[in-house]
Amino acid sequence: MIQTPTPNVRVVTFKIDDRDFSAREDETIIQVAWENGIRVPSLCYLEGLSVWGACRLCVVEIVGSPRLVSSCSTRVAEGMEIRTDSERLQAYRRMILELLFSERNHVCSVCVSNGHCELQNLAQQCGMDHVRVPYRNKVYQVDSSHDLFRVDHNRCVLCSRCIRVCDEIEGAHTWDSKGRGIDTQVITDLNRPWGESDSCTGCGKCVQVCPTGALVQQGTSVGEMHKDRKFLPYLSRMRDAQ
Amino acid sequence: MPLQRIKPTPPSDDKRWKLIDVTMRRNGYAGHALIETLHSVQDAFGYLDDPAMKFVASALNLPLSKVYGVATFYHLFTLKPKGKHTCVVCTGTACYIKGAGELIDGVSEKYDVPLGETTADRNLSLIGARCVGACGLAPAVVLDGVMLGKLKVDDLLEHIEKVI
Amino acid sequence: MHIDELNELAEQIRTQHQSCQHCVRVCMAASCQSSGADDVLKRLEDAAPEGDQVQVKSVGCMGLCSAGPLVEVRSRGDDQPIMYQHVESQDAEEIMGSLGDSVVQRLECPTSIPFFQRQQKIVLENSGIIDPEDIEDYIAADGYSALVEALTESSPAEVLNEVNLSGLRGRGGGGYPTGLKWSTVAKMPATQKYVICNADEGDPGAFMDRAVLESDPHRILEGMALAAYAVGANRGYIYVRAEYPLAIDRLKKSIRQATRKGLLGANVCDTPFSFDIEVRLGAGAFVCGEETALMQSVEGERGQPRPRPPYPAELGLWGFPTLINNVETYANIAPIVRNGGEWFASIGTERSKGTKVFALAGRIHNTGLIEVPMGVPLREIVEEIGGGVPDGRRFKAVQTGGPSGGCLPAEQMDLPVDYDSLREVGSIMGSGGMIVMDETSSMVDVARYFMEFCMTESCGKCVPCRVGTYQMHELLTKIAAGKGTSADLALLEELCEVVQMTSLCGLGQTAPNPVVSTLQYFRHEYEEKLIRDEFVDMEQQTEEMEAVS
Repeated sequence: MIQTPTPNVRVVTFKIDDRDFSAREDETIIQVAWENGIRVPSLCYLEGLSVWGACRLCVVEIVGSPRLVSSCSTRVAEGMEIRTDSERLQAYRRMILELLFSERNHVCSVCVSNGHCELQNLAQQCGMDHVRVPYRNKVYQVDSSHDLFRVDHNRCVLCSRCIRVCDEIEGAHTWDSKGRGIDTQVITDLNRPWGESDSCTGCGKCVQVCPTGALVQQGTSVGEMHKDRKFLPYLSRMRDAQ
Repeated sequence: MPLQRIKPTPPSDDKRWKLIDVTMRRNGYAGHALIETLHSVQDAFGYLDDPAMKFVASALNLPLSKVYGVATFYHLFTLKPKGKHTCVVCTGTACYIKGAGELIDGVSEKYDVPLGETTADRNLSLIGARCVGACGLAPAVVLDGVMLGKLKVDDLLEHIEKVI
Repeated sequence: MHIDELNELAEQIRTQHQSCQHCVRVCMAASCQSSGADDVLKRLEDAAPEGDQVQVKSVGCMGLCSAGPLVEVRSRGDDQPIMYQHVESQDAEEIMGSLGDSVVQRLECPTSIPFFQRQQKIVLENSGIIDPEDIEDYIAADGYSALVEALTESSPAEVLNEVNLSGLRGRGGGGYPTGLKWSTVAKMPATQKYVICNADEGDPGAFMDRAVLESDPHRILEGMALAAYAVGANRGYIYVRAEYPLAIDRLKKSIRQATRKGLLGANVCDTPFSFDIEVRLGAGAFVCGEETALMQSVEGERGQPRPRPPYPAELGLWGFPTLINNVETYANIAPIVRNGGEWFASIGTERSKGTKVFALAGRIHNTGLIEVPMGVPLREIVEEIGGGVPDGRRFKAVQTGGPSGGCLPAEQMDLPVDYDSLREVGSIMGSGGMIVMDETSSMVDVARYFMEFCMTESCGKCVPCRVGTYQMHELLTKIAAGKGTSADLALLEELCEVVQMTSLCGLGQTAPNPVVSTLQYFRHEYEEKLIRDEFVDMEQQTEEMEAVS
């Protein structure tokens, strides 16, 4: 929605962490940062899918503005001065990660995605080594009804990548979320077991884009789940070209 | 080439489905009429069940999960049938300051029904509302559609006894 | 219709009204209605003499909700109407019998009290006076004259200019300059634009918009039509919460009436301007008061906000430029266009112009709706207009701005009520709810109450709001129960900052405000509840032992 390509886009110059950059004015801060090796942390953003702006890990400071902005949803502008890694931002990101870890069950040592998990990597990258807020300890179900895949809601971070890839790339819209607030949960069809879904094509794109061990292949055990997303940029480009 | 769409048949031959069709037709069966349509299903049947949501999804050409997602996002929609009588206690700030919590506890205790639930005999539902906009009458309760104001626990229990 | 024709029609209706000797008005707003105004109205109608000497009329909110049901008698030749309070149906005959020669003293509500005398009405000028279900009553009160005159004699830019001159700021809470918002939408080059009225009044303790919608619905339609003309839109939506069935009913009726009179619809007043309005219902989600969530909801989606920019003015409903204003903002438009922006700018303070409607509730004598010029001291509102705290109790705090606002203590009572002053002391104007608390209210409980509200109303999209409000609520519950430690309080304060700074939308960004403001003014109440540091270890040991056994 935000990245509609417009003809005659201008090129603008700006600063990220005191380094000079130039980019097209329809590019977002996170795109420019990542292209140039500045690893702004993010969980919900995934190139090839629409911008969601929900994990808030990618918030950055704009010099002269009292508000923080999410770098996935904000475009670069002429003369902008962006700070991506101040002490304040680091503290906020650690707290956001603590909140995520407290929300559901993220015990890495028994997770099939151990070692290949984006949440785990982010905790390491941001230096979050313990959780100060109390764990919610709510038990969620594991749905193994699908022949090929499994969903473990205990590991879900509600990034909505599965919902977006299913809707925007596969076109099935099998996934959506139910409820709201802390009770939000991803669902398939009318909140029925995944295996009973009429709309699911079994393509597995949702599994590959899931950042954690919430969506995995059947038959994987601790640390065995590797995700492969090579299909996404290609399919995304092909869809845009149509 | 767009596929021909078949107009779905309602889940039953209940005449109330006509009302729902009127709502959808007025909005040209467009997907953005989902909330309006769910309102009209709930007005007609009291709640939203799976067959109703399936019908609405196919009539408005929407994915099932989306219909379910919208129906559960908004607190006015309910997927379970309500009790014969409903007691809506306003929990807005003015009512809270003037003792809405005690009203809820009182009803909850006497009829053994937690907030947001219906008694086992399906006779009474106890519901909390986000400010019914009658702050001058705090604490306010809407009992079977009738607004009651400036209530003490005993008054409310008396009113409930009268209707059920 | 031309302006002369409209004026002529208005004159005709006024002459008709004047033919009756006594006009008896019964307040039929929600509060009076639930105190039995229906019966009162019926009995008054039955008791009225035959002929057109006496007219009994159902009208909108008269303001003093705590004294309802209210009845007002206005006799020809008398400047001062007589107001009756707590009227019961058996009083009808007595009131009818007294018309013209006496006053039923035991029911009389003195209108000389500050509650009535200190108010200045613009938004509520017709409220409690006209019949909200009768377009002719509105026309007789100069209704639609601003629209018709603007369409036939002014350019959109001239209308925009008056709004700019007026200095009006958004009444929904943010206080963004209305003229600036309109100009941005007007400048967007687009074939399709939308105008939306945000009537999803969700602040618990606020009922101003409800009163305006129920008492004077045509005023909103006129304001929206003027906005549409100024920005170049041809379609409007009113997003009303489903909890307001009477307001919805009246809006729909008003739209039909106005369309029939050619004041809405295609080619209004035979000009090229066309404007249709549709009512859309909310379904119980406070977050839909946030403009991007509201648009999602109008489109039939889950009401989840999206990051701004892009702002609705640029990329709004279905991707088109969209103007969103609140009910009270639109209610100010017709008077501004009719009387000129300068007139409006002469009321209020330097940076907050005009009047503001407040809903007074809680531990206060006169609960109800009031409209006062911006800049009136808080003390005047609470002590004089509101009549102070009842039952000989002591005032403790006033909460403004709902779940996004703050609690102000007695020390702040001399504060002038305007956007900037309230913000400086850690609260906000908000939509206009004012809840008074006395010494019996615990501030930790109040903060917990609002946090519970924000937690259940969080849409669940962004992490800081979804999990942060949950964790803050847990901490507040723990502290309120006397089980918190100083470490818990420190963690709570840290969470407040993270949630404020990083949340996606206004709901999350302001959710910590009630905690922050109660901590600012009533910190001792939190501290009194904490377990003293030297006992923390002991407490933990006891808990562990209990867990083991």
